[in-house]
Amino acid sequence: MGKTIAEKIFERKTGFPVKAGDLVIARIDMAMGQDGTTPLAIQSFEEMGGKKVFDPSRIIFIIDHNAPSQLEAISQLHDNMRKFAENYGLTIYEVGCGVCHEIMVAKGLVVPGDLVIGADSHTCTYGAIGAFSTGVGSTELAAAMISGQLWFKVPETILIRINGTLPPGVYSKDVILYLASQIGADGATYQAIEFTGPIIDRLSVEERLTISNMAVELGAKAGIIAPDEKTLTWVKQRTIKSFEPIYPDPDAVYLKELTYDCSTLTPQVALPHRVDTVTSIDSLGEVVIQEAYLGTCTNGRSVDIEVAAKILQDKKVHPKVRLIVAPASKEILLEAIEKGWIETIVKAGGVLVTPGCGPCVGTHQGVPGDGWNVVSTANRNFKGRMGNNKAFIYLASPATVAASALEGKITDPRKYLR
Amino acid sequence: MILKGKAHIFGDDINTDYIISGKYKFKTLDMNELGKHVMEDIDPQFSQKVEIGDFIVAGKNFGCGSSREQAPRALLASGIRGVIASSIARIFFRNAINCGLVALECDTSRIQSGDEMEINLTTGKINDLTQNFTIEAAPLPEVMIQILNEGGLVSYFKKHGSFPEPGKSQS
Repeated sequence: MGKTIAEKIFERKTGFPVKAGDLVIARIDMAMGQDGTTPLAIQSFEEMGGKKVFDPSRIIFIIDHNAPSQLEAISQLHDNMRKFAENYGLTIYEVGCGVCHEIMVAKGLVVPGDLVIGADSHTCTYGAIGAFSTGVGSTELAAAMISGQLWFKVPETILIRINGTLPPGVYSKDVILYLASQIGADGATYQAIEFTGPIIDRLSVEERLTISNMAVELGAKAGIIAPDEKTLTWVKQRTIKSFEPIYPDPDAVYLKELTYDCSTLTPQVALPHRVDTVTSIDSLGEVVIQEAYLGTCTNGRSVDIEVAAKILQDKKVHPKVRLIVAPASKEILLEAIEKGWIETIVKAGGVLVTPGCGPCVGTHQGVPGDGWNVVSTANRNFKGRMGNNKAFIYLASPATVAASALEGKITDPRKYLR
Repeated sequence: MILKGKAHIFGDDINTDYIISGKYKFKTLDMNELGKHVMEDIDPQFSQKVEIGDFIVAGKNFGCGSSREQAPRALLASGIRGVIASSIARIFFRNAINCGLVALECDTSRIQSGDEMEINLTTGKINDLTQNFTIEAAPLPEVMIQILNEGGLVSYFKKHGSFPEPGKSQS
């Protein structure tokens, strides 16, 4: 009987045949921690009596959630990470390097076929390059840092096929928001997803990262896309590691197979305060906004900044809107400067903040006021997510966010892209 | 082991941002401080209502969203002993067991706010003493029982230095 990518990755990492439902202990290729979760992992590591890490080259720390620090207490927690990294010889990506999930793929730290854990729920992002990657808690990160292993239940897999051709002005973010509305916030709990189909094939690797990033918003443990030539070229440009990609067997057994045609999809908007309550922009009605946010591990990449800059070119952000832009990494920031996108955005009235998580997690760099509506390219719009439980967060594509920033209300971007 | 406490009812899809907001959790490792703010965005008075040993009773997908382990830890610090939900999101489920917070899945639809609950961790039977009915929780995987029996993953690792050998599931 054929096997899914998830089953085959666990088979490789355990060294014996496995099937969905098995409980296994597997070797970890990479373990990642960010500044919201790693200080607690370090505490657990010490409480466990950890004396050394299993392999310093396979553990990465990244300071992105509160970067630069806005409080003394956070600076101390960052120092805990720096000290631990120095003591144990780990690589630490400092303030301003970018969002952890962008760094892990763009620096070639994760390759196809890897099994990766990260103390951050959006670790599932690396599924876009054919890795099995999933979020864990701080204490599990600590245990993995000591042992190089973690226990898993090998998940069943849902195959999601996206047919058709995306219309102009409609992006991978619209696809995944639409899927959230169809599948629900717990539709794939305990399961992996494999995304496939002609639309997925035509997306760039960066656009695919947006899809896999939000697999966890459907409850999934992993959101995997089988590598193709595009993936292999992309990864080889970024890594020095050798790797052997894993593909699903042609007769792989899936829990279920879902097919959607997105040829007539419109720009989608997730309404406050749920990611799976999604509407087409055509039926949204008027939503006046006070803040627009472009960035995050979902949509802070070059393709996202480019489309926003194209829409903002020679125009002005609405005077009552704060447009905040956080490139997902230093390299993306540099590319955006070189290509003139930053100049366009800043001239239009956008505000540039440090590459990193920006205001997504509600601690700094753009906490909304009471009653504000925010349109954001992030992956979560929970009440209080951006730091104020009296604000309302709408999720959309970078194009929709840019068009909305111009008009001061949530706006269909298609008229700006003709 | 038998645990007793009263039920605090929540609905579906309670995410970890609601359990403990990012604006608090990033600042400190002091769980007693975080415990004062649990559930604040959806029930501002919650931490004052909790008595030590109480349970959260919720609908589906409890603990979805962020991987923050501060969520189960802050619940424990607030006095909550366990979560009973019709389903529990994956990362929260693991984090809860790893830090010693009881987490059980069963049909919670009949349980009312304030009901006195009695949980037998050995049998997985949940008694609603107020309404006098019994529900059976889905059994935990053996690996989780072993971790929970040691009081969590930190004490398990301290003692054994590795994960419990999970063996194969029955399904």
